[in-house]
Amino acid sequence: MKKLTIPEEEYMLSGHTACLGCGATIAMRYVLKALGKNTILSIPACCWAVIPGVYPHRNLEVPLLYTAFEVTGAAISGIREALDALGKEDVNVVGFAGDGGTADIGLQALSAAAERGHNVFYIMYDNEAYMNTGIQRSGSTPMGAWTTTTPGGKKRMYKWEPKKNVAEIMVAHHIPYVATATIAYPEDMISKLRRAKEIKGPKFFQILSPCPTGWRYSPDKTVEVSRLAVQTNIFPLYEVINGKYKISIKPKNPKPVKEYLRLQGRFRHLTEEEIAMIQKHVDENWKALLKKERCSQEEE
Amino acid sequence: MRMILTGNESAAWGARLSRPKVIAAYPITPQTSIIETIAAFIANGEMDARYIRVESEHSAMAACIAAQNTGVRTYTATSAHGLALMHEVLMWASGARLPIVMSVVNRAMAPPWSVWTDQLDTMAERDSGWIQVYTQNNQEVLDSIIMSYKIAEKHNILMPTMVIEDAFILSHTSEGVDVPDQKDVDDFLGEYNPAFKLDPDEPAGFGSLIMPEGPYMEFRYKMALAMEEARKEIKKVVEEYNEKFNRNYSPFIEEYRTEDADAVMVVLGTIGSTAKDVVDRMREKGKKVGVARVRYFRPFPMDEMRALAKKTDMIGVVDRSYSFGPGADLYAETKSVLYGHANIPVKNYVMGLGGRDITPQILEKVFNDMLTIAKEGVVDREVEWVGLQGDERWS
Repeated sequence: MKKLTIPEEEYMLSGHTACLGCGATIAMRYVLKALGKNTILSIPACCWAVIPGVYPHRNLEVPLLYTAFEVTGAAISGIREALDALGKEDVNVVGFAGDGGTADIGLQALSAAAERGHNVFYIMYDNEAYMNTGIQRSGSTPMGAWTTTTPGGKKRMYKWEPKKNVAEIMVAHHIPYVATATIAYPEDMISKLRRAKEIKGPKFFQILSPCPTGWRYSPDKTVEVSRLAVQTNIFPLYEVINGKYKISIKPKNPKPVKEYLRLQGRFRHLTEEEIAMIQKHVDENWKALLKKERCSQEEE
Repeated sequence: MRMILTGNESAAWGARLSRPKVIAAYPITPQTSIIETIAAFIANGEMDARYIRVESEHSAMAACIAAQNTGVRTYTATSAHGLALMHEVLMWASGARLPIVMSVVNRAMAPPWSVWTDQLDTMAERDSGWIQVYTQNNQEVLDSIIMSYKIAEKHNILMPTMVIEDAFILSHTSEGVDVPDQKDVDDFLGEYNPAFKLDPDEPAGFGSLIMPEGPYMEFRYKMALAMEEARKEIKKVVEEYNEKFNRNYSPFIEEYRTEDADAVMVVLGTIGSTAKDVVDRMREKGKKVGVARVRYFRPFPMDEMRALAKKTDMIGVVDRSYSFGPGADLYAETKSVLYGHANIPVKNYVMGLGGRDITPQILEKVFNDMLTIAKEGVVDREVEWVGLQGDERWS
């Protein structure tokens, strides 16, 4: 593989208001490095509605439309169509939304925008809960996690349902490009964004963005947590181009998911049996992904 | 060009002639034929616009907001539940100072399901920061859309506008309509000149977080000032339109035989044309009654209403919706602006909800009730529901 250099240009400046060790902030930085100046962002209610700073301050060097929580899919459709009507087809339109705004309240607008086929990027920065409101369970919260609305208690009321797989939902829309990424693998993320930039139509990215505040780990461990998510196969990196799966990283000896879980306070209550159950899910999902890759490539 | 058009076709023509570049479309009875007519215009190459077939009215307004913020003129249309679903983003549009123009076909809110006319849907959005203009016939539907773009887009206004028509009575009823020439409308409206836009060459953020000591309150105050300023611009634009297109609109209140009236009925929308007919018949019998049809509900015509009250001894306000406060909205607003300015009896007549017919016979009885109050100077009941099943008084 040719060595890829991360662009030196910065479109995210210092002075943001995110928590120490915020993964979503690193995600934005790389996304803008990959897509460049000629980009318009649309951001709904989420951490990133606050991170750029309080009016009149803004740490982003690209135009930015703040919107209501559930409208990112509709907003990027509107921006795209207006730009095309003005003959500005070369401008990248990017929806940048959290997992609540994507997997839950914004899913309807996202699904419709994907189905209509607008030439847009939709980036779900996945920190696996409603973090801006203070760590509430979303559909994208993983199995077994503590949040303030799944607080455990005497009844062990944690999030026991599996994480909603938004990337696969987007694959089911038959859009030309779907990818997962995470901040510990910036070269992978940037090369995917560049590849997607050459494709006309809806492009969906799910970027796992660890959150020390909500996941309950030390802020210096963000990259480590992100890397372990890939090395344990709990968050595999892959892309689906026109329905064809390609797994980006296949760990030779996947680490036990326990190593990933034990780094984070949100999983500290899990028993050995519960961890085994999560491991089983991870193994099944990984096998299913390998199958999808094999099947979609055999179709050639 | 003279054409036979329904209210909804007139709305579609008003939009077509105004040349919006992005249209968001979502169906709801009785609005649907607006977006269908526009789809046909675009499909036949008669209209050059991007047509986004959104999955909800909420997304329709969100897409219009984003497109308008990118620097183009936009249009959408809705009704009742669709308008209610938009509620959140209606406030976003006005707060963002985006001069979107939208047709709203007045329809009752469920339950029970009713697709017929009723003004609760738009009344419930009176505080959303939109200019609201109610229309009486299909000509006014078409003309009001063109005028609304001109008013809303002025940089001292920048407020979105609802052009409102009654379900079925206008939306699905055909009338002769004078459709202006495209060139004349182009001359009248001009190219859209956005006050601000999303532009990578001049990156700006729109709608960011603001602290209590930041200018949130000042932004709202500026909206209030713009709404006041809109009074002047509405008057100017309506006069200019009348002149250029040979029309005869009163900017805020269309008064009919009010000069020497003992009692004046204040109405919105199509009730106006029925009431005018009744006034003519009653005048023949020597009964001095008149009609004042309010066109702009937002901004509310304060001075005009106060001037009207000086001409008459009694005002009866007809509402085709109800608010669970001191009577329905048009009544409450009317009484509120008259307080301290006119000491005449004002009574609220609530009727026609869920599309129930407002007939000339009923209106004549209401006028007679108003004349009795004018003579005696006493209001028997401040709010009266007219035309309830089994109510002998009005049947």
